[in-house]
Amino acid sequence: MPKKVVSGNYAAAYAAKHARVEVVAAYPITPQTSIIEKIAEFIANGEVENLQYVSVESEHSAMAACIGASATGARTFTATSAQGLALMHEMLHWAAGARLPVVMVDVNRAMAPPWSVWDDQTDSLAQRDTGWLQFYAENNQEVYDGVLMAFKIGEHEKVNLPVMVIESAFILSHTYDIVDMPTQEEIDDFLPPRKPLYTLTDFDNPFSVGALGTPADYYEFRYKIEKAMENARKVIKEVGKEFGERFGRDYSQMIELYRTDDAEIVFMGMGSLMGTVKEAVDVLRSEGYKVGAAKVRWFRPFPKEELYELAKNVEGIAVLDRNFSFGQEGILFNEAKGVLYNTDANPVMKNYIVGLGGRDLTVNDVRVIAKNMKEIIEKKELDKEIEWYHLKR
Amino acid sequence: MELPADVKKKLTLPAEEHFYAGHTACQGCGASLGLRYVLKAYGNKTIFTIPACCSTIIAGPWPYSALNAPLFHTAFETTGAVISGIEAALKAKGYKVKGEDGIMVIGWAGDGGTADIGLQALSGFLERGHDGLYIMYDNEAYMNTGIQRSSSTPYGAWTTNTPGGKKHFVESRPKKKVIDIVIAHKPAYAATASVAYPEDFMRKLKKAKSIKGPSFIQLFAPCPTGWRAPTDKTIELARLAVQTAYFPLFEYENGKYKINMPSPNKEPKPLEEFIKLQGRFKYMTKEDIQVLQEWVLKEWEELKKKAEVFG
Repeated sequence: MPKKVVSGNYAAAYAAKHARVEVVAAYPITPQTSIIEKIAEFIANGEVENLQYVSVESEHSAMAACIGASATGARTFTATSAQGLALMHEMLHWAAGARLPVVMVDVNRAMAPPWSVWDDQTDSLAQRDTGWLQFYAENNQEVYDGVLMAFKIGEHEKVNLPVMVIESAFILSHTYDIVDMPTQEEIDDFLPPRKPLYTLTDFDNPFSVGALGTPADYYEFRYKIEKAMENARKVIKEVGKEFGERFGRDYSQMIELYRTDDAEIVFMGMGSLMGTVKEAVDVLRSEGYKVGAAKVRWFRPFPKEELYELAKNVEGIAVLDRNFSFGQEGILFNEAKGVLYNTDANPVMKNYIVGLGGRDLTVNDVRVIAKNMKEIIEKKELDKEIEWYHLKR
Repeated sequence: MELPADVKKKLTLPAEEHFYAGHTACQGCGASLGLRYVLKAYGNKTIFTIPACCSTIIAGPWPYSALNAPLFHTAFETTGAVISGIEAALKAKGYKVKGEDGIMVIGWAGDGGTADIGLQALSGFLERGHDGLYIMYDNEAYMNTGIQRSSSTPYGAWTTNTPGGKKHFVESRPKKKVIDIVIAHKPAYAATASVAYPEDFMRKLKKAKSIKGPSFIQLFAPCPTGWRAPTDKTIELARLAVQTAYFPLFEYENGKYKINMPSPNKEPKPLEEFIKLQGRFKYMTKEDIQVLQEWVLKEWEELKKKAEVFG
């Protein structure tokens, strides 16, 4: 299998190329820009055929052009970050509502003000109710694999929804790592050309998409999106398993469990910070802590069953959120607690807000969190539910 | 529907209908006429994109469509971007776009969705040179939301958010010249048209299909509801707008302007004839009408000069 040393952004661009995307509409924003630059380079060098590149005048138009292209039957890709994603928000609803499987890479970047170009998950998590599937990558390999799987999952006849593949600003987007890439033939075999649910080129049976839905029908349209999300759970697992069988990296689990078998305390989180957490788990295990890590790969649809299976066997879950929903708590924490409420799984759960705006989370920080969790479990008393871990005092 | 032979002879437009009866336009709607002519000109091998506007409703609620052509309803500000994406996808997939037997990609948007919220996407579509046609049907306000001013609303017009009261006087700014903004992009083809002159409109539509690159047509489409005018006066109003030079007909191609007025040698009729048929101008005093009249003639002279210099 060919290996390349690439940044997360280049991994995303190569994956789009290997998926044989037909239309890319994109607007540049730091730190996403090198994704679309690399794709432009593929075109300039004649490395891709039949790829139309639309350099639009805003992110809002990028997503609008993508929905137009996808509705015309093309395999469609774009990428953005933070403010750009926020500007797209309206059209994210449109892509899902019109059941168009656009694939987009979002480079997690903190929202302004104050201006920041560094890592933070609030931009993508603020889009959670748009009807997009969300895959959070831990490393460059997962960015690459995630994009390939995203096309297969989003375009699946039982899903037909857009998919967001999410990577960390700079920690992944601009850091080089070894990425295994299957051959084009192997990928073509895994990911055949798109068979759209509908296309605007059907002139013999003309129809309208997105017309006014009266109270007699609108409700059912929403329900069908939710049905597609539910279908996606099964499709994600199937495609993840197939990916593992073909390419050796298994993604059949929506939550990746790391040394959780006999764990008392589990650290749960998403994205690149889980690389540090896994490293910390190894260190803490050698120090006698019974800890493990649970990396939530798919945030939408939310892996409810897998979370329950994990939660019923552990004493405490430390949820590490690189994001925050103001007036409430970390978003993953909020979702995870909600899932477990009506179950018999009742671990102690504490929310650690970490790494906002690119603040570093180290192995030692995870050790401090482990100590705190151990204390809470021993005392059987939660000191506080939400801790802003790095706060300067 | 098969028409009798003597009727057929009189028709200058194709008898074929691709815009069906049962649409939900108001009585006397100019926009619905425009849609009908577009479909007559192009047949059904067209892809329509319609943003939030009267035509969203006119085309009908799900699962109906009054258009015998594929139609993508989109968000208010996105017409230019969506047609760009459609055109790109058609090219990527190897379809023939435009020309005699090619697919026609059309954005059909009102003046609010074009002159205001959609201006950026229109600019992008024009500047990038996509092979499509953007038609702005101009009824001079946000009619679908209940007659609010747009930047295409003329000086002196009543709307529900320029209501005319003791202190506040109706619309106080002149109509935004969207066509001039479009021409500044040097598109392949740009033109004004009116629902009162369907042959001229059809000719321009055919031209837009034959030319490579982006085209734009600003179609004058009276709205009896919003203009507080009788529903049987739509064509008369549209004709008077041209005859008074309030909305002159012209084309722009290869840097050249060409005026195409029905009676080229006649002086414009007094604007008052156009104004007095409409309730929306009822707050205007004689002086206000004079202000608007002077603006119209000044713009008209400017256009004639352009046609003279760049003709």
